[in-house]
Amino acid sequence: MTAVAPPSPSGPASAGAAPPAGKDPDGAVAEAGAGRARRGLTPYWLLLPAGLWLAVFFVAPLFYQASTSVQSGSLEEGFRVTWQFSNYTDALGTYGEHFVRSFCYAAVATALCLFIGYPLAYMIALRAGRWRNLVLVMVIAPFFTSFLIRTLAWKTILSDGGPVVGALSSLHILDVTHWLGLTADDRVLATPLAVVCGLTYNFLPFMILPLYSSLERIDTSLLEAARDLYAKPSTTFRKVTFPLSLPGVVAGTLLTFIPASGDYINAQLLGSPSEQMVGNAIQKQFLNVLDYPTAAAMSFILMALILLMVSVYMRKAGTEELV
Amino acid sequence: MSTTAPTSPRAGSHVLAAPVRWLRRNAVVLVGSAALAYLLVPNLVVLAFSFNKPAGRFNYAWRTFSTDAWTDPCGVANMCSSLGLSLRIAVLATLIATAFGTFAAFALARYRFRGKSTTNALIFLPMAMPEVVMGASLGTLFLNTRVQFGFVTILIAHVMFCLSFVVVAVKARVMSMDPRLEEAARDLYAGPFQTFCRVTLPLAAPGIAAGAMLSFALSFDDFIITQFNAGPSTVTFPMFVWGAAQRGVPVQVNVIGSAMFVLALVIVLGGQIAANRRKRV
Repeated sequence: MTAVAPPSPSGPASAGAAPPAGKDPDGAVAEAGAGRARRGLTPYWLLLPAGLWLAVFFVAPLFYQASTSVQSGSLEEGFRVTWQFSNYTDALGTYGEHFVRSFCYAAVATALCLFIGYPLAYMIALRAGRWRNLVLVMVIAPFFTSFLIRTLAWKTILSDGGPVVGALSSLHILDVTHWLGLTADDRVLATPLAVVCGLTYNFLPFMILPLYSSLERIDTSLLEAARDLYAKPSTTFRKVTFPLSLPGVVAGTLLTFIPASGDYINAQLLGSPSEQMVGNAIQKQFLNVLDYPTAAAMSFILMALILLMVSVYMRKAGTEELV
Repeated sequence: MSTTAPTSPRAGSHVLAAPVRWLRRNAVVLVGSAALAYLLVPNLVVLAFSFNKPAGRFNYAWRTFSTDAWTDPCGVANMCSSLGLSLRIAVLATLIATAFGTFAAFALARYRFRGKSTTNALIFLPMAMPEVVMGASLGTLFLNTRVQFGFVTILIAHVMFCLSFVVVAVKARVMSMDPRLEEAARDLYAGPFQTFCRVTLPLAAPGIAAGAMLSFALSFDDFIITQFNAGPSTVTFPMFVWGAAQRGVPVQVNVIGSAMFVLALVIVLGGQIAANRRKRV
């Protein structure tokens, strides 16, 4: 929701300057306006409650987790820090497949979200006219029902012998997905296809909203200019529209990929035990097996891998500040 | 929306190409509408199945039409109390996160100070972290410090992940505000307090409202972080649904889901229509 949150700053002053304008110039402007007297300790007092909250309940837990991940022991005798780095290798050995599966499912779901979400975001931003707000409401509307209930609804939609499975089967699409190893035995439920479908569905709005907010900022006269200069619609899209929407693409893919790779609800409700993702493994170790060191080690690996991927991706995409 | 006329139809192609051209021109609208359907179908299924009378304990297959669940929405043990708990936590978490987040947003938007980029990173990080990691690590903290899991731990967790979203929403709004308006207020001899209450706060209100609504929605619907930080007797509504998915889903779950959907839709659409009318008058 990073790029959505700004409720479309009304003045073209901020919209025209685009996101890279960053915080420092703005800060300088605001400060000049606010006057010189308001320096000193005021910002620290304002930041204190939120900063303290995040320091104690977000940063400190990460350190506790790091320490837990190298502990050994049992629930009865208590856990002690013994620098047991084998927790990490054990976790990777036992649940390596879960990690691979998580990132594969998340990547496929993110790509699908981009392909499905881009036309919709484009339609809302540039083609919907006076229906724009209504369609936007319809994109946000699913959120009004608890997402666990909506995920359960997919169990009905994809049920064995139901209309969707029947249609896919008669169109021979199931044969294709079967050949790809995505489905088995004329079923969609309890297969990778169902989990990816659920992930795509659940995180699609997170892709659409940032895409929309960056497409909406595009100055349509640029598109007209491209047309006036005899660019084909496809060329206009490739050379003008898409590059200008890139901040939205980056924000949307991150907002989809990160939560999707840590998700365990879709795998649990729509998949079978052989579709379990790393989230399922962490949840099981933490809440059922009560093997906190293994859970902590896995969660640490997941965090490190995601931060690594995000930083590489953001450097490649050339957007360092999304907030 | 399918009637958006092209501004300059390219002439000089084959006559047969007309339907193809129409398809091409409206491909975006067609695919977009399909995507919209994909988003909305589950909600419609939830609504339809709230009128079902399932054979077993699971409400996945259609049997007969019935309004039993709608006339007795709280007929399932523990469901409405979990709904109440979720609402209480969401209201409290929204109040705390909106207040603290707004303070922080003003500090980040209005001041230059040492440690600003670190603070920005601290605000951004929770949004770039999968929920399992945040949930498990906060749970580890509470386990290590022997804090009893329950209402307070859930509330702490919810405020933690809502804060960043409030800060982002309010900060964007405050930064887009014209500083000259406040200068004008000061020039007209408004005191600092008066300027803040009469000018700054009303201008920032849409951002604060957006942050608050986002917090409420996030907190009310959160499952993953909650599951890691809840006690045995504090079952929120999403946790109730999760448990029900294992034991048997009562139709009443669909009733609550549909009622929330319809209610929110009516409020939002009503607001839209009212705003449109005001604009037109």
